[in-house]
Amino acid sequence: MAAERAKAEASGQPWNDPDAVPYIRIENVTKKFGDFVAVNDVSLDIYRGELFALLGGSGCGKTTLLRMLAGFEQPTSGRIYIDGVDMADIPPYERPTNMMFQSYALFPHMSVEQNIAFGLKQDKVPAAEIKERVGNILDMVQMRQFAHRKPHQLSGGQRQRVALARSLVKEPKLLLLDEPLGALDKKLREATQFEIMNIQDRLGITFIVVTHDQEEAMTLASRIGVMNHGQIAQVGTPKEIYEYPNTKFVADFIGSVNLFEGQIVEDEPGHVVIACEETGRPIYIDHGISTAPGAYCWVAIRPEKMELLKTDPGSKSNCSPGIVKGVAYMGNLSIYLIRLDSGKEVKVTMSNQRRAAEHAIDWDDRVFVTWHANSPVALLS
Amino acid sequence: MATDTTYQGSLPLGRQLHHIAMKLGLRPRTAVILVPYLWLMLFFVAPFLIVLKISFAQTIIAQPPYTPMFGPGSVPHEDLLLNYNRLFDDLLYINAYWSSLQLAFTSTVICLLIGYPMAYGIARCAPTTRALLLLAIILPFWTSFLIRVYAWMGILGKEGVLNNTLQALGIIDAPLNILYTPVAMYIGIVYTYLPFMILPLYANLEKMDLSLLEAAQDLGCRPWKAFCVITIPLSFPGIIAGSLLVFIPAVGEYVIPELLGGPNALMIGRVVYNEFAQNRDWPMSAAVAVAILLLLVIPIMLFQYFQNKAQEAPK
Repeated sequence: MAAERAKAEASGQPWNDPDAVPYIRIENVTKKFGDFVAVNDVSLDIYRGELFALLGGSGCGKTTLLRMLAGFEQPTSGRIYIDGVDMADIPPYERPTNMMFQSYALFPHMSVEQNIAFGLKQDKVPAAEIKERVGNILDMVQMRQFAHRKPHQLSGGQRQRVALARSLVKEPKLLLLDEPLGALDKKLREATQFEIMNIQDRLGITFIVVTHDQEEAMTLASRIGVMNHGQIAQVGTPKEIYEYPNTKFVADFIGSVNLFEGQIVEDEPGHVVIACEETGRPIYIDHGISTAPGAYCWVAIRPEKMELLKTDPGSKSNCSPGIVKGVAYMGNLSIYLIRLDSGKEVKVTMSNQRRAAEHAIDWDDRVFVTWHANSPVALLS
Repeated sequence: MATDTTYQGSLPLGRQLHHIAMKLGLRPRTAVILVPYLWLMLFFVAPFLIVLKISFAQTIIAQPPYTPMFGPGSVPHEDLLLNYNRLFDDLLYINAYWSSLQLAFTSTVICLLIGYPMAYGIARCAPTTRALLLLAIILPFWTSFLIRVYAWMGILGKEGVLNNTLQALGIIDAPLNILYTPVAMYIGIVYTYLPFMILPLYANLEKMDLSLLEAAQDLGCRPWKAFCVITIPLSFPGIIAGSLLVFIPAVGEYVIPELLGGPNALMIGRVVYNEFAQNRDWPMSAAVAVAILLLLVIPIMLFQYFQNKAQEAPK
């Protein structure tokens, strides 16, 4: 047991440790606005030092869940514990959390320095200490030279850094970030992502990030909770979510995926065979899914896990002929749109390892789409 | 380019105006600005210059009753500022100015104290209720201002609605003496000008980003303090706009002191009227009016200047 725990700790995965005490515990939380159920019976454990991402489309309830953690909304039912304390009767201004707002919510009539010092002043921190802490955080986000500017005199990226600094300066137990990088262009976004990860590493604060951007969630998070219609669809590390989605929704939401409808004809502990009209030849998966043969299911295969051949490999399964209906050259890789003989269209990405033109696959070529037996994931819902 | 003029007849109005402006040698932007400028010239600057001119003249028994400044019969008199000097010589004028400013200032403060909570309440209402409440604020304007002031005479008088009701309820024995006192004047002015305070305040408070208050609370600030350090400073432009809209017309108010204030209420608006109608001293009346304008415009301009300066970017 102890060895297992040490292992879980060493790998930085407290959620795999049965003895670990969650830092934030969300218990059967439901939030209704009138008849609309924004958050539906969500239970979630988040551990100290985690960078947890709540991922979902707009209106999935992720922001509502975050606002309940900050105390701006009260759960209709259910409980929220932070560090073992029930948050039910604790107003936002007494919670050990700080939030970075999607709109940044910087006080327009205060300078950068005053904005950052605001939270410390509320806690009656001595002036000398405020000055020092604000100075340190300004250095960290590289905004020292803009300390006396007003928010409207800053660019979007600078405002975002001020908002981050303001939420960090009080060194909260829990930092809530609502779409923190939404307004930034790609380059700045990547730089800031790594900055956030750095800060998290250095200060050991627990982060919860709300985002609709799966790439952002994948890069930042130690774990991701995918939300749909107010419910948590799946919780797992970015790798788990991407490689082993548990539902059609998650498979479709994270990254791009080809989905086939099929019927299980063989279900053994070591493999599954699924008959599929769309691919023609059956799909063979080299791991069992333990369900009754005859059941209908979805098979998800990622575009980059498929391969295009110009000649028929002759295999009885995991191969489907079709015609190239589109090629998008992206530089490092190319995306092919293939219409299978069944009429189903699939996406295949292949990396452009060689500059060679002789193997090039072009519009209207006859091709065979193949994949390895461990690539598909069978989904029952 | 040739087609532009050929088909001018079928062009939309905007394009036609554009062409006219171009022909007159105006850039479109100048043409757009020209309209309000012309309006102000015609209906503000020109009448003001006429009043200014009259204020330098002297009374004579004639039609019109002042010395002409130009043309035949114009007498270049020795003391151009004669009327203005009289403003300082006679304590009547200084007292009238002072009590008008006092009345306007106090009324503005009362309007602000009543109007701010009202505007705040309306701005934080559900949108449907908000529209209804705003309508209620604007509704009195659909009745003539004069009628509403007369109605107050009916309410505040010795035999008025207020006294009758209070006496019927047994709260007072003898009727309260409100009409023709400063209290009646304050009631009239606050009642009349309150919407002018509420509307700009509402416009300001309504567009405030409420996430700022959440951010303040999130950083450990209690709601009441957040109101003081976030909401009030951010509504400052609304407070200024509303206060000016109440203060400026209240200074020169004539009807309310005349009808509600009784004979002893010495207000500058009344002085202007008396000089003009009773003394037939148009030049003096004009001088009093110009002095009000200067008294109001100069502090406001200074204020704006310093406010703009404060808003400029500190490097």
